[in-house]
Amino acid sequence: MEHDRLVRTMEAILGPEGVISEREQLRSYECDGLMNYRVIPELVVLPETAEHVQQIVKLCYDEGIPFVARGSGTGLSGGALPVESGVLIVLSRMRKILEVDIPNQRVVVEPGVLNMWVTNEVAEHGYYYAPDPASQLISSIGGNLAENSGGVHCLKYGFTTNHVMGAEIVLPDGTMVNVGGGKAPDAPGYELLGAFVGSEGTLGIATKITLRIVRKPESVRTLLAAFKDTEEAGGAVSGIIGAGIVPAAIEMMDSLCIEAVETAVHPGFPQAGAILIVELDGPKAEVESQFEQTVRICEENNASEIRIAEDDTERALFWKGRKASFAAMGRISNDYYVQDSVVPRTELGKVLKRISEIGEEHGMRVANVFHAGDGNLHPLVLYDNNVPGEAERAEDVAGEIVLTCLEHGGSLTGEHGIGVDKKKYMPKMFATEDLDTFQLLRCAFDPHQICNPGKVLPTPRLCGERPGPFRMHPVQKAGLAENF
Amino acid sequence: MDTRTKNVSLEDLQRIVGAEHAREATPEDAVDGVEPAFVAEPGSVEETSELLRLASGEGLTVAPRGGGTKMALGNPPRELDLILSTTRMNEVIEYVPGDQVVRVQAGLRLQELQDLLAGSDQMLGVDPPEEGATIGGVVAANSTGPRRYRYGTIRDLIIGIKIVLSDGTVAKAGGKVVKNVAGYDLSKLFTGSLGTLGVIAECNFRLHPKPETGRTVAVELSSPAAANGAAQAILHSQLVPSAVELHWREDVRLLTVLIEGIEPSVEAQVETASHLLGGFGEVRELTEEEAGTLGPLAPPGAADEVAIKISTPPAELAGVLSSVLGTTERGGVTAQTTAHAGNGVAYVGLSGGEEEARVQIVEELREIWTRRGGSVVVREAPVTFKERVEVWGPLGSRLELSRRVKEKFDPRGTLNPGRFVGGI
Repeated sequence: MEHDRLVRTMEAILGPEGVISEREQLRSYECDGLMNYRVIPELVVLPETAEHVQQIVKLCYDEGIPFVARGSGTGLSGGALPVESGVLIVLSRMRKILEVDIPNQRVVVEPGVLNMWVTNEVAEHGYYYAPDPASQLISSIGGNLAENSGGVHCLKYGFTTNHVMGAEIVLPDGTMVNVGGGKAPDAPGYELLGAFVGSEGTLGIATKITLRIVRKPESVRTLLAAFKDTEEAGGAVSGIIGAGIVPAAIEMMDSLCIEAVETAVHPGFPQAGAILIVELDGPKAEVESQFEQTVRICEENNASEIRIAEDDTERALFWKGRKASFAAMGRISNDYYVQDSVVPRTELGKVLKRISEIGEEHGMRVANVFHAGDGNLHPLVLYDNNVPGEAERAEDVAGEIVLTCLEHGGSLTGEHGIGVDKKKYMPKMFATEDLDTFQLLRCAFDPHQICNPGKVLPTPRLCGERPGPFRMHPVQKAGLAENF
Repeated sequence: MDTRTKNVSLEDLQRIVGAEHAREATPEDAVDGVEPAFVAEPGSVEETSELLRLASGEGLTVAPRGGGTKMALGNPPRELDLILSTTRMNEVIEYVPGDQVVRVQAGLRLQELQDLLAGSDQMLGVDPPEEGATIGGVVAANSTGPRRYRYGTIRDLIIGIKIVLSDGTVAKAGGKVVKNVAGYDLSKLFTGSLGTLGVIAECNFRLHPKPETGRTVAVELSSPAAANGAAQAILHSQLVPSAVELHWREDVRLLTVLIEGIEPSVEAQVETASHLLGGFGEVRELTEEEAGTLGPLAPPGAADEVAIKISTPPAELAGVLSSVLGTTERGGVTAQTTAHAGNGVAYVGLSGGEEEARVQIVEELREIWTRRGGSVVVREAPVTFKERVEVWGPLGSRLELSRRVKEKFDPRGTLNPGRFVGGI
């Protein structure tokens, strides 16, 4: 479809204020939270209703135009990176909380609703929405769903996929389906919702989402413990988990990370080789008893200092330091490259040691801040983009770290997603048969492959189910795939 | 006797799995009255792959089977030639207690796994009532039990899967770390797929610490409204029970709350729970034996019994009970209800009365609860009943997409044809 006609058709659906086609304005949408990749889309559209989304997608389907959905654009793997000759569907105007149902512990929202709003909405009833990605002040529920976002408390409470109970989705052919039971559990049929959550926007667009909310715990206790090095801190983590305690969170930061955070937000963290933040929550009697035990385990693992948050303010300060880690890197380095790999918890010690060796071998600094309870690492490779070759070296270091994690039985990504950023590593984690099987699912949802093409799978393959005269595939037209 | 079915002989199967692991089927192998020709028990993923390649190539239809506890679930098969039994694939592949993760072959019995894990004070957080169920079967049938209130269902605990597709392709998804968003979550797609997308060969799970101790508090109920009130009181409290169950039959009308954890916490929570429940009837603590005999719903005894599952928003508990009591009383049928009261899942066993009455009851309940956002699924019933009532109920807008998924994963319709939703 020729550009002007596309603009006019979209304007007929959305009104002129719902369509952005000026190149300068389009530029603000050229990347998401991962800024290494930039593509200016042909068009940005801002639907306000599910019907708008449906009409837009139907038009794209009929015309063979690839499209990408975007929420707040905070993703860290380029999942919402636009497609050059495609339409970017920005869902930030769909921001209504449609229903709060306390008796059934459910909240129904539009995809553009921000994560934190859900908790704010139900806090007065003693409830909260459990998944808490560090971006929760600005990231949207639709984006969280697409990426299956985690957060520091997912060790105990699970990920987005454990909290989304139903979704109305617009499939890439413009049909609308409801997946998951919503308020009722166990909808008969395939677990399409479970397959959809975390599919990184490649299977369709959620336009209405039913979330489970969780009762606030009776008691919360948080401590911060300092250790000589990550190995001793790791010993404490093993001790806590081994004691049968399921903490709400266990986070670790190494000395470089502590230094950065201290410079940036001054939480008053102790000087140490490693810090653990451990939070327990639940029924009071359980928390009290297990908290004492946790303190004892930290002491047994030679903690040089243990601070206990006396109230919510002190607890907030601990978490402020932790959640500022990424941003704080700016204080000690011009640029950084973050990875999101995961290793089995018992491999943490070996992997951390290897990470520091990799850094030394390449003469690069690597800061570590991670979810120690579930082995989800966030190694930050520090570099200076102004020094020629450093960016490439940083990427090499990050790549070696990822491969090390895979060798130790881990995963490429715990919560950031594959997107465009990590798809080249997919064949290291999955065999051709695995990737082909993923493709079966994708083709069932999106036979023409116009929905967020070029993401997740390393080599986009065609679904190959349209016999007849040769017709250029939209993904090929967009230069994203070659026929083979 | 001609032992060839669609050009496949018993010897062809024995060549793949060994002479002692393939046999002709007996009437006991029938699924809803449809008798297969053969039963084969592959000993490895490779043999499973080879069997399926042969079967799909020759047009044989295949029903995967684990412990065989859920063969009554689903519509009668459109056709069935081969039962593929996974029970020889019963090894624990990897278990590192410190990681709280286990990798197992699908034919392992759940109970055997739980026994092994208990040695490290850990458990897999599912407790379906069927005895002898295998891991693969639990996943394929999405079997749940009372503790789903706390730990979720198997879809919340499975973190990786290895599957064999009907063309013999062996593929995996997920991994052995709890937190993992690389690739599509096929583990969840295969959960509850009733063997229609592929044969589950291996599963990886996250584990939980096994609670030190547990106690059950119960309240005697006088009415459906009291049941809902009691369940809501627990749901909105800050207690963390493992299970909230309703038992409602002729001689028992109880809501039970299972509290597990460390001793001091269990004691404090039992006290709070007793206090909260006190507003709805007489409260007492159940002995372990009594709680055990209440159990989740026992499978129907008599051959003509019908077991259904009603899923609704959890706060509809009173409505569910009233609708069951009303329809069964009018139909002259006896109902036994066990509900995961905190989750909105009720299992109802219907016995006595005419089949016509049972058909009407199920259709009426389905009409009511589908309209109110829930579902009614027939879990077990005689074939004569299934001929009159589609077991899964309406699928709405999901049906077309479900068919497309099936079409991609099993294009020849080799696996369990007809048994799943919409005749998939």
